[in-house]
Amino acid sequence: MSGQPGSATAPGRNFAAAPGGGRTPSVPALELRGIDKRFGAVHANRTISLSVARGSIHGLIGENGAGKSTLMNIVYGFHRADTGAILVHGAPVDIHSPQEAIAAGIGMVHQHFMLVENFTVLENVVLGVEGGPILARGLAQARGALQKLAQDYGLDVPLDTVVSELPVGLQQRVEILKALYRRAEILILDEPTAVLTPQEADQLFQMLRRLRDEGKSVVLVTHKLREIMAITDRVTVMRQGAVVGEVATAATAPRELAEKMVGRAVLLRVEKGLARPGEVLLGVRDLEVRDRLGVARVKGVSFDLRAGEIVGIAGVSGNGQSELLETLAGIRAPTRGAITLGGRDVVREGLGPHERRSLGLAHVPEDRLRLGVVPSFSAADNAILGYHDRAVYQRGLRLDQRAIQAECEKKMSGHDVRPAQPQLRIAAFSGGNQQKLVLAREIDVDPRVLLIGQPTRGVDIGAIEFIHQKLIALRDAGKALLIVSVELDEILGLADRILVMNAGEIVGEIARADATEEKLGLMMAGVKGEGHA
Amino acid sequence: METYTLIVLTLAATIRVATPLLLAALAGLFSERSGVVDLGLEGKMLGAAFAAAAVSAATGSAWAGLGAGIATAVLLALLLAFATVTHRGNQVVAAMAVNIMVAGLGPTLALAWFNIGGQTPQLDQPAQRFLAIVWPGSATAREVPFPGLLYAELLSGHNLLVYLAAALVPLSAWVLFRTRFGLRLRAVGENPLAVDTAGISVTGLRYQAVLISGVLCGVAGTYLSIAASAGFTRDMTAGKGYLALAALIFGKWRPYPTLGACLLFAFTDALASRLQGVALPLVGVIPVQFILALPYVLTVLLLAGFVGKAVAPRAIGVPYAKEN
Repeated sequence: MSGQPGSATAPGRNFAAAPGGGRTPSVPALELRGIDKRFGAVHANRTISLSVARGSIHGLIGENGAGKSTLMNIVYGFHRADTGAILVHGAPVDIHSPQEAIAAGIGMVHQHFMLVENFTVLENVVLGVEGGPILARGLAQARGALQKLAQDYGLDVPLDTVVSELPVGLQQRVEILKALYRRAEILILDEPTAVLTPQEADQLFQMLRRLRDEGKSVVLVTHKLREIMAITDRVTVMRQGAVVGEVATAATAPRELAEKMVGRAVLLRVEKGLARPGEVLLGVRDLEVRDRLGVARVKGVSFDLRAGEIVGIAGVSGNGQSELLETLAGIRAPTRGAITLGGRDVVREGLGPHERRSLGLAHVPEDRLRLGVVPSFSAADNAILGYHDRAVYQRGLRLDQRAIQAECEKKMSGHDVRPAQPQLRIAAFSGGNQQKLVLAREIDVDPRVLLIGQPTRGVDIGAIEFIHQKLIALRDAGKALLIVSVELDEILGLADRILVMNAGEIVGEIARADATEEKLGLMMAGVKGEGHA
Repeated sequence: METYTLIVLTLAATIRVATPLLLAALAGLFSERSGVVDLGLEGKMLGAAFAAAAVSAATGSAWAGLGAGIATAVLLALLLAFATVTHRGNQVVAAMAVNIMVAGLGPTLALAWFNIGGQTPQLDQPAQRFLAIVWPGSATAREVPFPGLLYAELLSGHNLLVYLAAALVPLSAWVLFRTRFGLRLRAVGENPLAVDTAGISVTGLRYQAVLISGVLCGVAGTYLSIAASAGFTRDMTAGKGYLALAALIFGKWRPYPTLGACLLFAFTDALASRLQGVALPLVGVIPVQFILALPYVLTVLLLAGFVGKAVAPRAIGVPYAKEN
């Protein structure tokens, strides 16, 4: 930010004095009383009461679909509660729109950033609070105020850079700045670490602690137990739309929280024995993949995948993992390199996804709703997608609906898919049950090599446990598994060997026994790791 | 005539042809920057052309004609906004519906009201039209080829709406890039959700943008029927709305490059008129059909080959709905 007018010269607003300063600390910053919300038949929030102390970090934890986001969207004015009251610093407020939430001192950092990508940081921050019809003056004012905020909270961001050119961690910082610039006293963060490396997450946590120490109140919405334990003062657990517990973080333990979230005892880490790697089933040599604009997404990637092992590919989302997976599956064409499957170079022979399947390759795509299923089809139709031309499903020119139905019922009972209704639209199933059905579809044809992208994205803890056990059973049965996941915990829990991708390259390979979160985090940030030529 | 004079006259014709294109393209600029595809330019322009000519013929006032042209285009724009913004209808389908409706409605009403074959009466009173404004000294300046002829043909001698269109380019650029309204408008075309979370009404912004588009289309249509010609004729826009949209895309949704694109399209058009029946060296006389097709061929070539990197407003064409 050098060369910009300093805060001394710009008539920035004074942010040090919080509006309405002399509050008694006993009054909670944010209090929700009996919030109730239904979307049609879905009871998203059941008379929820919640209290966030001033100058504290309050965790809100629960599985996907527990109603956390709905609750926070009500607080931020995106949805209207059917009944219940919101109190800010002890005073009831009527919040119908984000504008009123902002006026009440509530700021929110959404999971998907609310930024205009081709605007500069400065333009993004002032959007909505431009300070007059002509931009120039408001921008100059904002520049001064932001420089002061940056100093006060250690939130340095280049103000004149276009947002799309910033790394995700900095984009998130812009979101926090946006809230602070609007004088937020209560900051809600929805799954803020989903897109960050562990180191970036640590930086974020430091920033949040600093905000807390300055007297701000923070609500951290997450499904990651580790984060709750690391940073929150108190934690509220939600399950199926209701609050099932609230405790001081220091007085609880991850296992206890997990059990509250799921409603029963869960294994946080699946037990597994040592891998016994066999012959190489999938070989990748010097693979390069370019996108439509000609930008290299995968750069010279080589590795082997052996029978009886799970290789995990770690990395921050968007570093070429998706492209690699799609290329291996045959959905994308590489610009260079070889893929050997069952002794044949499938690239040189030009074999597509279908032929690769017949060579024993199965693929569970990362983006389930886009590539894994057809959302408007029934569960039964989805359960045979890609294998629909097998003779068992044919009846003359038509598909044999009875056989398809029976097959789906078999898969549903074998993989605990609920509800066990083959004719129900797949979109009506929860993420976990969709994933179990997709997994069943790919496993049941007895492949030798499995490519699995984000095995448990959007999947509840109970189903995660089930899926992980299945994957390890497959490994022990001599299959070769390649798992791409942005969840480090998952990679650490499943993989026998870990490859780390950054900017399209494999920056390092590490055996599970030697891997720690710190080592992986550094490699994910691009620091070359061990074992890499 | 010597070549120099020919060139100057062709350029002067370029300005006249470019004006309605430019007005329509600027109309599209506001609408599309807010995220609403503006295929309805054609229909709004045509509707305005009819209303301006009809009212001018009835009242004898060009200004009343302009008012009627703008009012008609704004009404059509409101209809489109109601369908596509309020009710989140498909923007392309709604716009095409308006285009087709207006194409039939204009001649039909003209037939009913004036009974002269789907046209409006010839406007023969000077007060009924926007006529060329001759700047002082033009007549004498004309005697001096350079720079006098440039002054007389290019600067002087256009009607009010031409000068208005020219002034609207810097004004649009200023509004779009230097004002709060412009910032919000560009934001809503890129990421309406961000605008909504910032506490600004997406619907309100898009309505404003569509209204501005209506006003500018009104001026463009008025220009066609009571400035450039003396009355409304069937299908008199002749695809200019679509051509304007092409110029907007070629200009990458920016005011000055869009002006450049409009001038380029208009120049090929003016050149085509000049080239009719003229024997060129080497090729001889080119059949008139080929020459008339030139602007359109150029459009296709330019859009196919040269705007590969034009990035449309990201949220264009997508009705905004809050997710649950």
